[in-house]
Amino acid sequence: MPVLVDKDTRVIIQGITGSQGTFHTEAMLEYGTKIVAGMTPGKGGEEVHGIPVYDSVTQAKKDHDITASVIFVPAPFAGDAAMEAIDADLNPVVLITEHVPVKDEIRVIHAAKKKGITIIGPNTPGIITPGDKQKLGIMPGHVFSSGEVGLMSRSGTLTYEIAAGMTQAGIGISTAIGLGGDPCVGLTPAEGVRLFKDDKKTKALVLVGEIGGDAEERAAAYVKENYDRPVVAFIAGRTAPPGKRMGHAGAIISGSSGTAAAKIKAFNNADVPVAERPSDVAKLLKEVM
Amino acid sequence: MKLFEHEAKDIFRAFGMPLPPGGVAKTPQEAKKRAAEVGKPVVVKAQVLSGKRGKAGGVKFADTPEQAEELAKEILAMKINDLPVETVLIEEKLAIQQEIYAGITIDRNTRQYVVIGSSAGGMSIEELAEESPEKIIKMHVNPDTGFQPYEARQMAIDMGFTGKAINKLAGFFLKLWRIVEEYDVELTEINPLILTKEGSFLAADARLNIDNNALYRHQELIDKLEREPIEQNEREQLATDHGMAYVELDGDIACICNGAGLTMATLDAVSLYGGKASTFLDLGGGSDAERVEMGIKIAQMYDKVEAILVNIMGGITRCDDVARGILAAKEKYGIEVPMVIRMVGTNEEEGQKILNEAGIPFLETMEEAAKKVVDLVKEEK
Repeated sequence: MPVLVDKDTRVIIQGITGSQGTFHTEAMLEYGTKIVAGMTPGKGGEEVHGIPVYDSVTQAKKDHDITASVIFVPAPFAGDAAMEAIDADLNPVVLITEHVPVKDEIRVIHAAKKKGITIIGPNTPGIITPGDKQKLGIMPGHVFSSGEVGLMSRSGTLTYEIAAGMTQAGIGISTAIGLGGDPCVGLTPAEGVRLFKDDKKTKALVLVGEIGGDAEERAAAYVKENYDRPVVAFIAGRTAPPGKRMGHAGAIISGSSGTAAAKIKAFNNADVPVAERPSDVAKLLKEVM
Repeated sequence: MKLFEHEAKDIFRAFGMPLPPGGVAKTPQEAKKRAAEVGKPVVVKAQVLSGKRGKAGGVKFADTPEQAEELAKEILAMKINDLPVETVLIEEKLAIQQEIYAGITIDRNTRQYVVIGSSAGGMSIEELAEESPEKIIKMHVNPDTGFQPYEARQMAIDMGFTGKAINKLAGFFLKLWRIVEEYDVELTEINPLILTKEGSFLAADARLNIDNNALYRHQELIDKLEREPIEQNEREQLATDHGMAYVELDGDIACICNGAGLTMATLDAVSLYGGKASTFLDLGGGSDAERVEMGIKIAQMYDKVEAILVNIMGGITRCDDVARGILAAKEKYGIEVPMVIRMVGTNEEEGQKILNEAGIPFLETMEEAAKKVVDLVKEEK
């Protein structure tokens, strides 16, 4: 039993007619994702890769049984798109878009929380459950093999790097979640651990964090108190200087907070081994499992 | 985007926040004039986008306009944290009864705005958190309702104020909140907010950072500032124009990768093998040949770079595109420093074939590649 996305997930693509939306709709369909509808205001009645396009989520819901949304809408309109998905009770809502204003993020995350809806992202590669051939996002499906390890990460390609290393080592993944590279994201690592805790088939977890904020420290504290299966971590940005945003809006050491050292210390306190190099994650997993 | 103190104060003023009388000056003569207008002892403050300007000597007091002119001359010739001082702000010197802290920022954990106040201002909020955490009062803002007047008053009460001071101080918090909402502010501080001996509250300093992702909503403000919203050198500007993330560091190895996490991890790997990175260059997702070519061009423009490490994990980015970009860069600009390439993922074989035919070596793991580039730099030296 995977987390958030399984064989019964049926997806709408918001912003399906844009270049990113069209490109990734095709890639998701090829992978096996059950996309049932798309929407772009004003483009209702069109088709993209055989998927019917609607003017609104409400309209699409009249014709299809939709459970989840993936959003490729440009940043100025992404918050509005997410509100529309939340209003339609879709869950999860995967917000791929980068550069969403933080004020909009706060509003969206709050609205979702009130309804018990999980927002993945923004600024995320998405979420993938390889065993059910469902990917809601932009990750290359082939690097993720099916198995029993949950993976959560704040980054994209680094996740692929680690997932590929796990696949090579014969370790499969139950569900992999890109949490997003922004300071405010819908699903925090600690909340993610809680979801995986309820999934009895996930036997171990990999947490890929990076500098900025204290979400990893909170996840480590949660693991220490509540999660008794093995966990392995990796933290990017050990050598990043303070005060500089390292690519992700959320990856910044402010003063003395948000350092890799503090996160590594927190994981060590929770008996979670932290890999020095991405390729060590698979090795550590073999040791602890 | 960070605003200069005087720019932030222009916004504060527009929202009716009480400020010390004064004005800006770009020359010592102007400073003298401003001080004469104030007609009382003044403070001369360097306008730089950097903290700790007081410790750097960027804040000085003058009793007369002539003295203000002299001090402005000194400060305008200074560099604070490598930033030249181009403007000073001249304001009336206040008779201080108490220094207060007032600010609003974003709590990444609860994902809400949080209003912060303290009766012990003057030092940074970090120092304050260390020295007297019990004096920091925080209130999270409900996104549905915004920050309410009764909450602002409660903050003032919790900070230890009584009587008329409660409403006066609450007014500052409410105005700050309106500014945060209006301008997509991610951090604002008044530190110190001064309670004068006469019993009035005045914003003596002002810090205001606007969310870069929301700048498109504030074109009018940017036009008014008459400056680039974000100061960048030529290389940084070029990277921004091409949608890349670029950070200069003080080592000698340029790391060109796709994805922020992978780029950070590559920097770390270089360090693990005893090297030091000069450049964080995240090409971004879906990198094509032109982007790779531009990335290599930008990396070579930085004079600290003695070697280049290209580390690509192909996903949406295709390795054949990357290989073509590397060849194009080599032909167009030449590659004058040793370069190590690691590239795997989508269209890996095709990309490797292109590199092979051009006689450019590549490696399969990022660890090998990081070690190799460090060794090459050591050999050069």
